[in-house]
Amino acid sequence: MVQSFATAERRLPPASDPESAARNEDYLWTLNFGPQHPATHTTLRLVLKLEGERVVDAMPEMGYLHSGFEKIGEHLTFNQYVTVTDRMNYISPMANNVAWHHAVETLLGIELTPRCKVIRTIIAELARISDHLLCNGAVGLDTGAFTFFLYGFYQREVIYDIFETLCGARFTNSYTRVGGVSQDITPLVIEQIRTFIKKFPKTLDDMERLLTRNRIFVDRTKGVGVLTRDEAIRRGATGPVARASGVPRDLRKDEPYLAYADYDFQICCATAGDCYARYLVRMQEMRESLRIVAQAVENIPAGPVNVSMDQRTSKPDKQQVYSTIEGTISHFELAMSNRGFEVPCEESYAAIEAPNGELGFYIVGDGNETAYRARCRPPSVLNFAMFPHLIRGHTLSDVVAVLGSLNVIAAELDR
Amino acid sequence: MAVITGSGKLELPENVVVSRLDALANWCRKNSLWPMPFATACCGIELMATGAAKHDLARFGAEVFRFSPRQCDLMIVAGRVVMKMLPVLQRIWQQMHEPKWCISMGACASTGGVFDTYAVVQGVDRFIPVDMYVPGCPPRPEQLIQAIIDLQDKIQREGTISGREFDTAARQLRKRALVEITAPLSIDASRNPVLQRELAAEALSGRS
Amino acid sequence: MSSSVAHVLAEVADHFGNLHSSEFRGQTRVVVPESQSLEVCSFLKEQGFDFLVDVSCVDYLEYRDPPMQMRSCAGRRYGLMYLLASTMTNRRLTVRVFLDDPEPTVRSVVPLWEAANWLEREVWDLFGIQFVGHPDLRRLVMPEEFSAHPLRKDYPLQGRGERHNFPVITRENS
Repeated sequence: MVQSFATAERRLPPASDPESAARNEDYLWTLNFGPQHPATHTTLRLVLKLEGERVVDAMPEMGYLHSGFEKIGEHLTFNQYVTVTDRMNYISPMANNVAWHHAVETLLGIELTPRCKVIRTIIAELARISDHLLCNGAVGLDTGAFTFFLYGFYQREVIYDIFETLCGARFTNSYTRVGGVSQDITPLVIEQIRTFIKKFPKTLDDMERLLTRNRIFVDRTKGVGVLTRDEAIRRGATGPVARASGVPRDLRKDEPYLAYADYDFQICCATAGDCYARYLVRMQEMRESLRIVAQAVENIPAGPVNVSMDQRTSKPDKQQVYSTIEGTISHFELAMSNRGFEVPCEESYAAIEAPNGELGFYIVGDGNETAYRARCRPPSVLNFAMFPHLIRGHTLSDVVAVLGSLNVIAAELDR
Repeated sequence: MAVITGSGKLELPENVVVSRLDALANWCRKNSLWPMPFATACCGIELMATGAAKHDLARFGAEVFRFSPRQCDLMIVAGRVVMKMLPVLQRIWQQMHEPKWCISMGACASTGGVFDTYAVVQGVDRFIPVDMYVPGCPPRPEQLIQAIIDLQDKIQREGTISGREFDTAARQLRKRALVEITAPLSIDASRNPVLQRELAAEALSGRS
Repeated sequence: MSSSVAHVLAEVADHFGNLHSSEFRGQTRVVVPESQSLEVCSFLKEQGFDFLVDVSCVDYLEYRDPPMQMRSCAGRRYGLMYLLASTMTNRRLTVRVFLDDPEPTVRSVVPLWEAANWLEREVWDLFGIQFVGHPDLRRLVMPEEFSAHPLRKDYPLQGRGERHNFPVITRENS
């Protein structure tokens, strides 16, 4: 007898309403959606209880990509763990890197140089554009608009080229370091960003012309998956999902971090709270992000990008390592454990406005270079937990539209 | 009409092709691979990018990304496979029809990658037969395309019509577990509904 | 920001007696005994903390040099934390509840914030803390048949062999 731990069936949670259990439910059928399914959100599972085409109840199940990120965080140093944070929300890895090191620098009490702040702002906003392109592209793809998806993917390739010129990797960049970034921004990258800024609005207009007033798309997404403002706050929604329901909370304006306080941009809100509103909020957010990048790239302050060597918390750049003795000594000491960072035995939480919502890390330090506990607060978990509430009463074909609009990324969901 | 000339060579008119039937079948199979994207994580995004406009996978015949295992012949395991997902992977592999091939894309699918943790399977080739490994985290689209081209060469070289000649069993069973099981496993079999059903069915059939 | 939180903490002290609080890097933490955790949380919710950001736990089994201000409940192993925020006034507050082996139990805050539903399930799954009153406490990220709590410090990073406990499908029998 082969012992298999195939997870074919799960207990459904007890019926909250005893009458429904007593009612004759022969006409209800169960559909298992996932964990392998065509919608581009990878491994999540939904067990849907349907009456004909109408969804009576949905039981989401996650954990099909749980890799033990938080346990790894207890074994890797701060600079090593940034490679793992890349693999969380893999649609916008730069934002995760910025979030992780923002949390680490909050714990360590490091103040970044102005140049570093502006560079991180630029890459975080480019990551936001990249994420929204894929999220809206996935909504388009799941509702049948393949061209929209391909346009979005092509623009993401342009952003990948920018990141590759900047740090060598298309995505999964691991670009930030404690107190700075791994490579400084070069004039070539600035030129590429300028070209992108010039060309992107036209593509965005093309994409909008395809879907925003498209009768089919509007019918499929308007009024579908409505989330009211009070429910959004009660269920912990953040990011575009919350803003589309009328919760005007954006950490870039509420708790400004990096260089956001210096730029002129607006946060995008809607009141309808349905899939169409979330789509529109993301499209408009891309334009606002482009505004931020356009302002930032023209005003990058000169000066060092990494925190100075005296503070001994970031590695000196290679030029100094190979040519000065102080650089070599400093690099050696920082590479050996316990010689570089001064980590307090304290705990702190810091969050940024990631494309998906509030992405924060609660880090417990214990004096070592390794975190004692690195907890990631994932926006996707709360968004996915809301799914049954949003889908009740809608039809089977709305399931993909709602799932796409929530932008649930399985790796961030499961960690 | 074919004519044997004086020197013993076979002369063929233009409209006759001579080939082994196997080679012809392999040529058809390799140029129309239907991938089954088992995309779990970041490699899934690179898989999508490979299928998108810039690095077009359709040029190599692998355009049709069908999500139903019954319609596919190439499974691309893109991304890490965790222990909750592995039975799903095995079931999908068993649902695919022969001839079928498997590409293990990325470091996580090949060896577990960065994630040597309690939940991640250290290489899917421990549990399903893999034909091609693509290193990288994630591999660039060009690397995946190279893997598909290499797989096409493999299919052309080694295929038979029945497609059952790949002997990966020895290689699979040779790989030892990274962790020696010394303590009892933290798995409570009484809470596995599928196993309990199987046991109950066996007990019932044993009794009757 | 911390001054208005101090005002809230003063109110909390009025109602619930002297609770230990501290501040670090601009964030205020207050330690609440588990017997009062649900009451303090509902009081805070009435005071305007309508948004639950996160519920999680830290296992202090191997923590060296614990600073006195964090370990006022000396020697307890699990430190639960509730990160609260207010959407109206943009304040943040961290509520800490310390629990101990065996059978760490605390009351669930799901009646206050629905966001806690899955977050508490995850804490149960990974740490083994029982939430009394939770509508549906079962495992979230690990499979149902898994019986250990992986994020505890005494569980090894590479596990105990569960990840490879599956049948091998070879080419012949697939």
